[in-house]
Amino acid sequence: MGTTEVIFWFLTAVAVFSALMMVFSKNPVHSVLWLILVFFTISGHYLLMNAQFLFIVNLIVYAGAIMVLFLFVIMLMNMEGDSEPRKNQWMTLAGIISGGTLMLVLVAALKDTGTQRQLVQMKEGQIGLIHHLGMVLFKDYVVPFEISSVLFLSAMVGAVIIGKK
Amino acid sequence: MTNHLNLLPYLSIDFALLFEKLLLIIVVVTGSLVVAMYTTYAERRIAGFLQDRRGPNRAGPFGILQPLADGLKLFMKEDIIPTSSSKWLFIMGPGLAMLTAVMTGAVIPWGSALKIGEKVVSLQIADINIGILFIFGVVSMGVYGIMIGGWASNNKFSLLAAIRGASQIISYELAMGLSLIALLMLTGSLSMKTIVEQQMQGGWGGFLGWNIIYQPLGFLLFLICAFAECNRTPFDLPEAENELNFGYHQEYSSMKLGFYLFAEYINMFISSTVMATLFFGGYDIPFVNEANLANHWGPNIVALLGTVCLLIKSFLFLFVFIWVRWTIPRFRYDQLMDLGWKKMIPLALANMVITGAIVLWLNK
Repeated sequence: MGTTEVIFWFLTAVAVFSALMMVFSKNPVHSVLWLILVFFTISGHYLLMNAQFLFIVNLIVYAGAIMVLFLFVIMLMNMEGDSEPRKNQWMTLAGIISGGTLMLVLVAALKDTGTQRQLVQMKEGQIGLIHHLGMVLFKDYVVPFEISSVLFLSAMVGAVIIGKK
Repeated sequence: MTNHLNLLPYLSIDFALLFEKLLLIIVVVTGSLVVAMYTTYAERRIAGFLQDRRGPNRAGPFGILQPLADGLKLFMKEDIIPTSSSKWLFIMGPGLAMLTAVMTGAVIPWGSALKIGEKVVSLQIADINIGILFIFGVVSMGVYGIMIGGWASNNKFSLLAAIRGASQIISYELAMGLSLIALLMLTGSLSMKTIVEQQMQGGWGGFLGWNIIYQPLGFLLFLICAFAECNRTPFDLPEAENELNFGYHQEYSSMKLGFYLFAEYINMFISSTVMATLFFGGYDIPFVNEANLANHWGPNIVALLGTVCLLIKSFLFLFVFIWVRWTIPRFRYDQLMDLGWKKMIPLALANMVITGAIVLWLNK
């Protein structure tokens, strides 16, 4: 194993461990912090695939902005581990079944992909670099890109309207 | 035995590069810590001057040993962890604040390159092609130091201050990003090194290439956002002592408190350097053609002169930070949000549109 593959497996182990810790933590604030660690490790994987832009945007948007909002809400609601109401057992069962189904689908889909053997891709491939990404987004996919920005705009307008009520 | 031999070609670590970078990291981190230390001294002396008093002048000649005495005091104090706090997060808070403060130095080009024998040593830890985005990423991580520390203290003042701080930083991050987009339209690159080298190409020994000439409004917006991101007066709402006692670090004592206070000064130094790099030519020596000078004096001396020049520029910004702190009173929280969302962001957007139009017009 090369150095990069050692890093790959290390990141993978940390990602799975912190994802599990996120689910099993009693305290919601700890869960959020574990989730942030998951985002970091996944960003590390992007970096190993030479997708630098995706790496940093994942950190800025998910770990930096969305998780801060999560933390905000949880801190303000001041949820305590003990005062949380007991959940319905049927809900737990439904959660296990739907989660398990999703995992089955994902494993089936990823089992035969071509990239399975290629764990890391250092210093090769332009696809994740910002120049290439910009060219693709604003030349080949400019219409879907603009439509999705309209979607964001409508979401923002909706938030303002709800806020004004 | 064979196993051992087989492993070697795979673990192809360039030890010379590793050593070089390690040395550079040590120099940059120690350098920013020392600068931060003496910024505290400068702050107190300048505050003394502005308020017509002397400031610290007893420890050593002119009081220059004062920061050492302060640091020693913080180390010697009893370290208290409140019983009702969540212990690990309480310890993690200041650590994160310090970590994010120091990390930004990695992508700043501190100078051109030294030539030692045959080897060319770049004075930048990592020249990644997303340098500016890296800085944004680290800045957005900086929120966690404040939020985790404030929440883990289990004190309502700390929590309120932490939430204030986080919402302030998030709000101003937007305007900061928008103000930089206009700059990026001109440079066409996110790499800090490329941006500096482009500025050095301008007339008058590089002076006419400085981005401040083309982006005065962008710089002003960036400067204001930098004040907000560093939690400096007039935007130091998270530690507004007349409303929140001592802000998010109320429960902290000893060196943990020191870390929080210190991280603020490191942030100031780094953001000063970022401003100098992006808008004031970085390590460019104004009115001097570096290539000609390098022929006379050799590349090493010119590279070091460039570093000195960058440091002088960032010290000027540090002075502005201190000057403003002792001149302008603190904003109210609604005024802060008003400025951020209703004035800075529209201005930044207008700046962006105008710059884009001009770039398009000149290209045709």
